[in-house]
Amino acid sequence: MAGNKVKRLIQGNEACAEGALYAGCRFFGGYPITPSTEIAEILSVRLPRVGGKFIQMEDEIASIAAITGASLAGLKSLTATSGPGFSLKQEGIGYACLAEVPCVIVNVMRGGPSTGYPTGPSQSDVMQAKWGTHGDHPVVALVPSTVPEILSETVRAFNLAEEYRTPVFILYDEIVGHMREAVTLPEPGELEIIDRAKPTCAPEEYHPYDTNYDVPPLAAYGEGYRFHITGLNHREDGFPTNDSALIEEGIKRIIDKIEKNKDKILKNEEYLVDGADIVVFAFGSSARSARFAVNKAREKGIKAGLLKPLTLWPFPEETVRKAAKGAKAIIVPEMNLGQIIYEVERCAKGVEVAGINRVDGEPINPAQILEAIEKFS
Amino acid sequence: MSATTAAKKKLSVPFDYDKYLRPGKLPHIWCPGCGHGIVLKSLLRAIDKSGLTKDEICMVSGIGCSSRTPGYVDFNTLHTLHGRALAYATGVKLAKPELNVIIVTGDGDALAIGGNHFIHTCRRNIDMTILVYSNFIYGMTGGQFSPTTPVGALSNTSRYGNIEPVFDCCDLAKASGATFVARGTAYHTLELERTLLAAIKHKGTSVVEIIDECPVYYGRNNKFKSVTQMMEDIEKNGTVSVKQADKLPPEKVQGKLLRGILHQVERPEYCEGYEKLIAKAQGKG
Amino acid sequence: MAEAVKQLPRIVIHEKLCKACSICVDFCPTNVLELKGSVVAVRNLEACTRCQLCDLRCPDFAIQVFD
Repeated sequence: MAGNKVKRLIQGNEACAEGALYAGCRFFGGYPITPSTEIAEILSVRLPRVGGKFIQMEDEIASIAAITGASLAGLKSLTATSGPGFSLKQEGIGYACLAEVPCVIVNVMRGGPSTGYPTGPSQSDVMQAKWGTHGDHPVVALVPSTVPEILSETVRAFNLAEEYRTPVFILYDEIVGHMREAVTLPEPGELEIIDRAKPTCAPEEYHPYDTNYDVPPLAAYGEGYRFHITGLNHREDGFPTNDSALIEEGIKRIIDKIEKNKDKILKNEEYLVDGADIVVFAFGSSARSARFAVNKAREKGIKAGLLKPLTLWPFPEETVRKAAKGAKAIIVPEMNLGQIIYEVERCAKGVEVAGINRVDGEPINPAQILEAIEKFS
Repeated sequence: MSATTAAKKKLSVPFDYDKYLRPGKLPHIWCPGCGHGIVLKSLLRAIDKSGLTKDEICMVSGIGCSSRTPGYVDFNTLHTLHGRALAYATGVKLAKPELNVIIVTGDGDALAIGGNHFIHTCRRNIDMTILVYSNFIYGMTGGQFSPTTPVGALSNTSRYGNIEPVFDCCDLAKASGATFVARGTAYHTLELERTLLAAIKHKGTSVVEIIDECPVYYGRNNKFKSVTQMMEDIEKNGTVSVKQADKLPPEKVQGKLLRGILHQVERPEYCEGYEKLIAKAQGKG
Repeated sequence: MAEAVKQLPRIVIHEKLCKACSICVDFCPTNVLELKGSVVAVRNLEACTRCQLCDLRCPDFAIQVFD
């Protein structure tokens, strides 16, 4: 019944599971952790129905390892976790970055550090997402702020992971993860689905890191391409190298493949930003409060706007630069003690940049943001 | 006389390891006298006898000397993180159960940093073959004690003698639920070949601990005069075949590690169990 | 006699792979091999019984015995 789509009232974590299934995810490896557990619970039921595999691993480290292995065997793979689990996964994330293994990692952000506040929301893992694993590496992180966005951004996360052969993060705070909103489930074919490029050459000619490509095709184990994957710096044929020129070339290539394609990876929502005096740069649930505050400010005759990134990493430098031009101030509300604000400051030189921060497990409320808008207007 | 004796012992053609080795990768990185190459040869002969094709095999390893093995062999190969080989392998196997997954890992990799993955892989009884190369030392980092270093033994982090008791890899595997548990050595190469073949053929988690020599870091630290002395002392005299153990007086068995297949039972295999779960989820079960 | 000579095995040593660990020399039951500098060499081919222990225990894929 075209045109008669079903709207369902679902939770953020449920939308993530729906998005993953829609994108073709057929493997989930995870470990129970609040507040992301619903994703695992739902996929443990839904994946086998479509012939997919769900495994509850023995720990967080095993989970990132298992999804990396499954991805190399050809399945689109997902894990979901939260703060402590995200910390534990960092080494495995770096492995997937260097080995260029597509996978999606959801971090439903809760209060930290350490065990912190497991049931409280937070946005304090955003820099960890960027720099959490050692060494220079590419990072793609998406930051939905509504339940429908969690679904569509999860689909986009899989697409980006497959297209660029890299791990992609979905970061959202506990508020969005546990919130329920009406979501229209997309019909088959409605959203674009991207699958990784597979090699077309003869197996003996296949190099998993062929430098003729920005993103080399990836074979799956068991398909006749008997290739080697390692976490050591490697040559284009996949075998380890100590050649300094090749080491640097390899690291630069994995970073360049994201940098060069930034225009295709970045996604922002600009709400009344054109000609705004005061720009609020906000993501996740903070963007929800910010939108409300911007509307209130406009009612009061203040030219306020909201710049909401959906891709946080790579950082939308150009967009922030543009928004800063002519603005009096940029306000950055975030549920941490100041992380993304420094990225904004870097791109908005000469413009006042002010943070609104809290780490008490409560959301940043619209009144706080409105107060700041009024202060700078 | 010698010619006659030789004629009686009809020589088969030497085994063609090149069939399974990636061209141009030798010499390998292992030190002179290291047993890892001997074990690899036993493994390749066992694989040859198993009838598996190279495309059907996925070899996964962690970090350490033995974990460099996948780089040399012409299979689907995955060299992962320290301790995590079994978790990566579990992902590969569950995603594609038709692959025959063989894990090459060391005593430190499997039993220390990877201990949790080791016991849980055995518990799941997922159909994989795990080779634990046990040479009582961390070789790659230059000779520190491991969970299999004997009490009193010297290493670069136990200069006063190791005070930590050892893990018995095979007992641990059995207690954790592995359905095939065996031990071999780099000395008894043909026996090891047979053991590895049985391990590969077994349906379920197979663990084979392989007593192996590290002449450079374990040997020198512990005053072995030569690699030959190490192989004689540790691998030959330090072990006894499980088949002979019953017939020998207790004093000849005491303190020695048993060789051969120590434990083999049937229990539902994980991937098969998952296929049943899928059928149930789809209303077919 | 001629027949017996014909039946001598051929021991191939891959010198580039040999690391001179001496395992093959020490375990050869009939002392066929010796260490010569940094590689193994055949000392007494006639004594070879074709048991292949040298090949089986060579960690370096460096020695093979052919008929």
